[in-house]
Amino acid sequence: MITLFLILWPVVVSLTIFIFRPKISKQIALLASLVEFILSLVVIFQFDGSGAAAFSMNIPWIASLGINFHIAIDGISLLLVLLTTGLMPFIILSSFNGPRQNSPNFYALILMMQMALIGVFTALDGFLFYVFWEMALIPIYFICLIWGGENKSRITLKFFIYTLAGSLLMLVALLILYYKTPGQHSFDIQALYAAGRSLGAAEQGLVFWGLFLAFAIKMPIFPFHTWQPDTYTVAPVEGTMLLSGIMLKMGFYGVIRWLIPMVPLGVTDWGFVAVLLSVVGIVYASALAIYQQDFKRLIAYASIAHVGLMSAGLLTLNKIGMQGALIQMISHGILAFALFYICEIISVRTNTRVIASLGGLRTNAPILTTVLMIAILGTVALPLTSGFVGEFLLLNSLFQYNFIIGATGGLTIILGAVYCLRAFQYMMLGKNTTTTTSISDLTGNEKIVLYPIVILIFVIGIHPDPLLKISEAAVGDLLELYVNFSAKTK
Amino acid sequence: MVNINVLITLIPLLPLLGFLIIALNVHKISHKKSSYLACGTILFSFILSITVFTHLLSLPADQRVLSITLVSWIQTSGFSADIAFLIDPLSSIMLLIITGVGFLIHVYSIGYMHDDAGYSRFFSYLNLFVFFMLLLVMGANYLLMFVGWEGVGLCSYLLIGFWFKNHDYNKAANKAFIMNRIGDLGLLLGVILIFINFGSIDYQTVFTNPSEVEVTTLTWITVLLFIGAMGKSAQIPLYTWLPDAMAGPTPVSALIHAATMVTAGVYMVARNNVLYALSPFTLQLILITGLATALFAATIALVQNDIKKVLAYSTVSQLGLMFVALGLGAFSSGIFHMATHAFFKALLFLGAGSVIHALRGEQDIRKMGGLKKLLPVTYITFFVAVLAISGIPPFAGFFSKDEILAHAFAYNPFVWGVALIASLLTVFYMFRLFYLTFYGTARDEKQTMDHIHDAPKSMAIPLIVLAVLSITGGFMNTPEVLLGSSWLQKFLSPVFASASGIEIHHLSHTTEYVLMALVVALTLVVIGIVYVQYVKKGHVPAGEGRLTGIQKVLYHKYYIDEFYDIIIVKPLFWISKTGDTIVEALAIDGIVNSMGRLVTGSSNVLRKLQTGSIGFYIFIMVIGIIMILTLTTLTGVAGQ
Repeated sequence: MITLFLILWPVVVSLTIFIFRPKISKQIALLASLVEFILSLVVIFQFDGSGAAAFSMNIPWIASLGINFHIAIDGISLLLVLLTTGLMPFIILSSFNGPRQNSPNFYALILMMQMALIGVFTALDGFLFYVFWEMALIPIYFICLIWGGENKSRITLKFFIYTLAGSLLMLVALLILYYKTPGQHSFDIQALYAAGRSLGAAEQGLVFWGLFLAFAIKMPIFPFHTWQPDTYTVAPVEGTMLLSGIMLKMGFYGVIRWLIPMVPLGVTDWGFVAVLLSVVGIVYASALAIYQQDFKRLIAYASIAHVGLMSAGLLTLNKIGMQGALIQMISHGILAFALFYICEIISVRTNTRVIASLGGLRTNAPILTTVLMIAILGTVALPLTSGFVGEFLLLNSLFQYNFIIGATGGLTIILGAVYCLRAFQYMMLGKNTTTTTSISDLTGNEKIVLYPIVILIFVIGIHPDPLLKISEAAVGDLLELYVNFSAKTK
Repeated sequence: MVNINVLITLIPLLPLLGFLIIALNVHKISHKKSSYLACGTILFSFILSITVFTHLLSLPADQRVLSITLVSWIQTSGFSADIAFLIDPLSSIMLLIITGVGFLIHVYSIGYMHDDAGYSRFFSYLNLFVFFMLLLVMGANYLLMFVGWEGVGLCSYLLIGFWFKNHDYNKAANKAFIMNRIGDLGLLLGVILIFINFGSIDYQTVFTNPSEVEVTTLTWITVLLFIGAMGKSAQIPLYTWLPDAMAGPTPVSALIHAATMVTAGVYMVARNNVLYALSPFTLQLILITGLATALFAATIALVQNDIKKVLAYSTVSQLGLMFVALGLGAFSSGIFHMATHAFFKALLFLGAGSVIHALRGEQDIRKMGGLKKLLPVTYITFFVAVLAISGIPPFAGFFSKDEILAHAFAYNPFVWGVALIASLLTVFYMFRLFYLTFYGTARDEKQTMDHIHDAPKSMAIPLIVLAVLSITGGFMNTPEVLLGSSWLQKFLSPVFASASGIEIHHLSHTTEYVLMALVVALTLVVIGIVYVQYVKKGHVPAGEGRLTGIQKVLYHKYYIDEFYDIIIVKPLFWISKTGDTIVEALAIDGIVNSMGRLVTGSSNVLRKLQTGSIGFYIFIMVIGIIMILTLTTLTGVAGQ
């Protein structure tokens, strides 16, 4: 029941705001997101740490087609639900003094988005998963289209079509599996698993690519990433936060839940190509990040690089790598939020995001500078920050997978420092420029948003065990599914 | 009596606490309070280190290992890393050096930094550095060492760029961080390789059965770890950041870039002596790298005119010498030289800082001169340090350097020869620096000279204490041939016991005496030459434009920075720019866009329906989905 409530609650509030258009919609949205967060904490307290799916609900939806409204939460889902519910209040709060603070539509869309995200992370029915997956696209599309920056219609259209194309491939793949299910056919995840496993290697390969492309576009992985820097840059900051902080994790979640156990032979045959693309993406995006002139765009490329490492580690099918990817998703969500928020703060205060026209911000804004430094340290994975735990586990699995690929992926350690420190130096250090002479430091509201984030960066870095424990059993069970199958076929 | 584990835990915790208190109140806390807090916490850590050290001494030699596990840090899927400390003779010596020298430099900073606007910030960074450095040497597993390793790198970055308004300093800071990161990648991969092969990253587990792992794998591991050491300890080819790091305040150069952080690589290799003992190839590599670095950096130092740059190249060279010792398998000799070097090099830097302070920021030795009478305390203590680094008996450097040279001679006279040349070059540039700074006529502006005053008390006392240590430090390991007891070597022997497989050649006493006499005699000759050149003839180095041939090459540091710029930095930026403007925009996105156009182009038939409005598309999509669902539900119902 609680899972259903997690999905329905944001919708109810969203519709209320949309219909009644109250003056205090931002406060209502914040309150609603906090309630949602507390609900997810309740789930954590009731969670038993085992790998089994709990808090489940399974009622027939379209019985004739074998479609059920089947939702549940296991350790893996729980982490992503937690990321969604945890980040949402921060995203809403960060908009409080921004240009969208008085728009009920804006908050209605954000909450609608939350519903879809939770749905994606909890659905255990193929059709339901697909529906939520597509539903997530709609609010973010409108957020970008209505409140975006320059060239918004062209860029959002491309984003929309690109991801829609990906989802259509996923739909086709799911339908192929659906028609392989016995008897009346069913979209139930277990039935789809069984169907996928009954396929020959070649067919599994086909399904693999159908699903993987959808996920790869979402994350995005090289070379399917070109929609991302444009969209991240043009989207209003809350949109960027939603996209990078939470939405791209849908792709990873898809790989974990809907790809690896579904077509094990496909993963065995094609996983290497996927890992290779991911690692190429790490180096490629890191290299491009160095040249970026716009700080927001730089963070976007940095995100592609980090995503590449996560997906590579995930696809090594090594428990350490999967655990690393999961904790890195949480960390990346927090860090991306912090970086984009700081970028927004700077660009609102100085009217520019161009690195070269900034400089010397540290003189007048030492706290802002320190917070950015900490976020950057997390991004370059300095030990004792949240970024390190995941990156270490990921590199560990990648190195076990293949010596050379691991070392290549490891270049992120060096290149990350290059682009981050360069940007930091030219924006924050040095002498004041004309744009930065009268800048003020963080306001109270900004501190309320950023201080907890800073604390989280350190807490996760120093004591990651609780998070790691949540998903450990579920990851183990999932991999067993995969390993057992591959062993049998060999 | 308080539990010893508590005391051990407090050693790193106190500086961390100091950092937190100062950093969180950096704009409110008074200068006095922050310096008392910073110095006080380090002093306490020093006292605790002594307590732990004496406790260790009170135990029988083979039981001098204390290990405590505080909490689990990362634990998942077969991988686990704890926050755990290991105190043994090696780490206890390191603790004493870090907290002892660290405390002296903290005190010195009170005087040196007293006018600086970032006074409290400076002390908070300094405390944070000590915390990470302690973590580095106390950590009982590779990952915790890596935490310290990266942490000191961060502090080094923050302190090099301490005066952040100057972009040259910021660039130096970035360079240091990035170059260190190159090494860190090697180190991290080495640690991962250890985990893969040993199933654990705890020192004690790994060191118990190293021979179970294949030699090829061990070679990979040790080489990767050594790459980390190259970065942190500024060895060829990753040394160029250290001279640039002199952009930081001088106490930082003394503490981080001379006495402690840069010796982390030496510590790490010594810590892993068990693994290195089984990889002769890596030991060879270390020996060659160390030897090359010692000689190469010494030649550059010959013609530099910035007082801190000379000392920086000297540090690189001396670190090379330490690695020579490690490469020879003489681990305790390497640690011994590291300890004495910490004393006299810290003293040299602090002395240089005192000179710079007195001359209001002047760092060019061509503009110094005649300071002997004006700065008596600085002069005398600096002289002691110069004698120590030159290896004049009975100063500290003599014993430690002699030990390395003796091992080198026993191994191979050629290695000895190269190391000797590096040592003699050291004597040359150190005395050149010394004479140009303190002798001859005063060459700085009269206005500065009129107001000159020697180091204030807070700066003078550390100078004096370090001078005493530079005189007496060598006696901790006086060799038997000089009627000593080799205390340090015996104390450290349990740590290096399993590495005893490496054959260390021993010389007859007669040979040792002859070598010693020869080295000292040559040293005196070099000093004589320098004296004639720079004091008798009063020679002052020429400006850059008048240099010729080899001098010019040396002055420009063999153009290595320019070389790296051409082969690494420029290509990287070129790749970045080309990638962004050509590959990304034209190739990848171009294909995506043309695919899009292909689809739209081929759908001419449906053009009438294309209003171009996504809202319309979504509307149609949603309607479609609803209709499908409704229809199927209806048919489903009807079917039943």
